Amino acid sequence: MGVPELAFYGFAVTMIAAALLVVVSRNPVHSVLWLILAFLSSAGLFILLGAEFLALLLAIVYVGAVAVLFLFVVMMLDVDFASLKANMSKYFPLAALIGVVLLMQLALAYGAWTSAPEARSLRDAPMPTAEGMHNTKALGMLLYDQYFLLFQTAGLILLVALIGAIVLTLRHREGIKRQDPMRQMARDPAKAMELKDVKPGQGLS
Amino acid sequence: MIGIEHYLVAAAALFVIGVFGIFLNRKNIIVILMSVELILLSANINLVAFSAYLGDLGGQIFSLFILTVAAAEAAIGLAILVCYHRNRGTIQVEDVNVLRG
Repeated sequence: MGVPELAFYGFAVTMIAAALLVVVSRNPVHSVLWLILAFLSSAGLFILLGAEFLALLLAIVYVGAVAVLFLFVVMMLDVDFASLKANMSKYFPLAALIGVVLLMQLALAYGAWTSAPEARSLRDAPMPTAEGMHNTKALGMLLYDQYFLLFQTAGLILLVALIGAIVLTLRHREGIKRQDPMRQMARDPAKAMELKDVKPGQGLS
Repeated sequence: MIGIEHYLVAAAALFVIGVFGIFLNRKNIIVILMSVELILLSANINLVAFSAYLGDLGGQIFSLFILTVAAAEAAIGLAILVCYHRNRGTIQVEDVNVLRG
């Protein structure tokens, strides 16, 4: 067994174990940390497959943004998670049944699956083999050319998500002190303070 | 090189774990959202595996779009969750049957 095989089995087993711990863990903070491990090991799988750009994107977007967002929300909401987990054992039989059935269906499908002989000739965007054409550059050439409309739509989706999240969570609270930059800038030192000449021994009356 | 079946089996296991998690944590919507992320990740692994084995970059492009949608979905889902928790003081999924602002 060579290094790639060892790396594959290491990453795959870590990923699946971490994913299992995400769903059975009692503390949601631990769930998020296991989720981060699952994302990182799948980034390792992507590197093994030669998709370096996606692997690093996975590490940046999923670990850096999504998982941290989950962690933030879990820690911000004051929820009694023990009560949420209390009747987890009640749902276990149904969940296990559905999981086993789904696994068997997938096993049947994969058992009967064979790659079509003409699959290679039907490629839409064959991977460039030219020297110096690395994964990131090839993806960029394709993304900004053939898939430009989809790329713009993806940007629009992100914009909608950004504005939607702000609209949903923004609220103006009454009765708290706020900074008002315009009022601060309009403030005049001549009106705001007064200089008094204090005589020695007399003080201000 | 490792066969494509290995990657497909790993992705299938991840998918089943995600579905299992949705049914196991029926009350805890945060873990449900995490399970959805796992399911999307398994789809990504399938796409990238086929992309690598067929030598077609299209799979990686679509994996990129799945990543985008997953990030947007997580942001909106958690924003709704925060909003709901602010209004009701709880995140019990089973209470979400009242259409009242």
